[in-house]
Amino acid sequence: MIPACRLADLPRGEAFRLDIDPPVSVFHTDDGEVFAIDDTCTHQDASLADGWLEGCEVECPLHASKFDLRTGAVDAPPAKLPVRTHEVVVEDGMIYVRVSTDAPNLPPCVASRLAGGPA
Amino acid sequence: MVGASLAGLSAARSLRKRGYDGRLVVIGDELHRPYDRPPLSKEFLAGTLGEADLVLETDGEDLQAEWLLGIRATGLDRSERAVRLADGREVRADGVVIATGAAARMLPGAEGLAGVHTLRTLDDARALRDELARGGRLVVIGGGFIGAEVASTAHALGLDVTVVEVAPTPLAGPLGETMGGIVSALHADHGVRLLCGVGVKGLSGERRVDAVLLEDGRSIPADIVVVGVGARPCVDWLEGSGVELDNGVKCGADGRTSLAGVVAVGDCANWYDPRAGAHHRVEHWTGARERPDAAVTTLLAGGVVEPGVPRPPYFWSDQYGVKIQFAGHAAGADSVTVEEGAPGDRNVLAVYRRAGHPVAVLGMNQPRLFMRWRKQLAAATS
Repeated sequence: MIPACRLADLPRGEAFRLDIDPPVSVFHTDDGEVFAIDDTCTHQDASLADGWLEGCEVECPLHASKFDLRTGAVDAPPAKLPVRTHEVVVEDGMIYVRVSTDAPNLPPCVASRLAGGPA
Repeated sequence: MVGASLAGLSAARSLRKRGYDGRLVVIGDELHRPYDRPPLSKEFLAGTLGEADLVLETDGEDLQAEWLLGIRATGLDRSERAVRLADGREVRADGVVIATGAAARMLPGAEGLAGVHTLRTLDDARALRDELARGGRLVVIGGGFIGAEVASTAHALGLDVTVVEVAPTPLAGPLGETMGGIVSALHADHGVRLLCGVGVKGLSGERRVDAVLLEDGRSIPADIVVVGVGARPCVDWLEGSGVELDNGVKCGADGRTSLAGVVAVGDCANWYDPRAGAHHRVEHWTGARERPDAAVTTLLAGGVVEPGVPRPPYFWSDQYGVKIQFAGHAAGADSVTVEEGAPGDRNVLAVYRRAGHPVAVLGMNQPRLFMRWRKQLAAATS
């Protein structure tokens, strides 16, 4: 498990980006729940931590794709592939993330960059 | 559903999500299933995205709809609430969603001249992409978003590009003079010529265009011309139907039209905007995605639901690797302030205010800050 940040340091309605590869974002919803999903939108290279959090849904800051924080499912286009969800554990006020072992759905430009090809 | 692009698809999805389980007919004048248009001037034109990437429906999605594609609606009969089709068929309905979009304007007299393009549909984009691949000199008529994106893409493909804009400053309408000037300076940054304040007199060429003739007497040699001078709403088919037309279909704040059981969404719909206290026909992708849900709610409820105030209009543009984002209405602003970054670096967060209150926000490569301001704008004006 990877420590992310202290729960007290993450106000409701905010997100914290964990700079691992690929990055993961932890969201604290207005209802007080904490979720972790892949930070990179599956449509194009954008950080979902910078997105619009509403209920259990985050809207990509660039092209307004929406993802369900609970399942990673796409709720609105243009994205078509889900983001991965990751298990969250809060212990002694600290948020930990257990990163999924599934393959991430990275957007084409990021995937090719990671593979060493042209961006 | 008359119209099978983003607005029509979004309306169909909303109908099903809201429990409508009756017969659903989607009529589209293009042969293609719903596809995403923003990449047509960018990644698709550049060749980095293919046609399969543009498909808007997800794998396995089935809206239980009948798709009548490649066929145009020619009329609406109000007494029967029936949509007439070009092949003589009629589709009767309990409710009609008008989502016929807009069509690219062409220069008068330019029809039929090879090498002259507009860009609106997938077929337009295929044709332009094939021509751009051969290289040469491109003249873009119109310095708006479509024109600027095509110029940017073509420049990256190695073409020699000139943009001609009749107004003194491109994008002054949507962004205001100051920021329109800053954003359109991207052309010169990359060696693309931008000629402003000069109109186009005509095109020269026998079967194929060879130059763009300007009103000041200059002639700009061209192998390819793209005309990006805006779009007109596709509502001719509604003439005489009883649906009130005024710069598209005139709608209330929830998409209702002057006819009961008929709503309109997307680029063809001129919705009343309670924030602005006026009607605005919004041609943004986000409007076509978000507003159908309100319109469908109205339709299913028989027009008795008062929907919430929609978020301020939002659009984006990608030019020369710079992410441009805008939300709100620039027209009502009396000041623009750069809050972050520097215009010279093409890295800017600018806030438009009227009487001290924010009414719009522009970002260039500032997605994080832009979102914070966009949320503030929505909260301040809702």
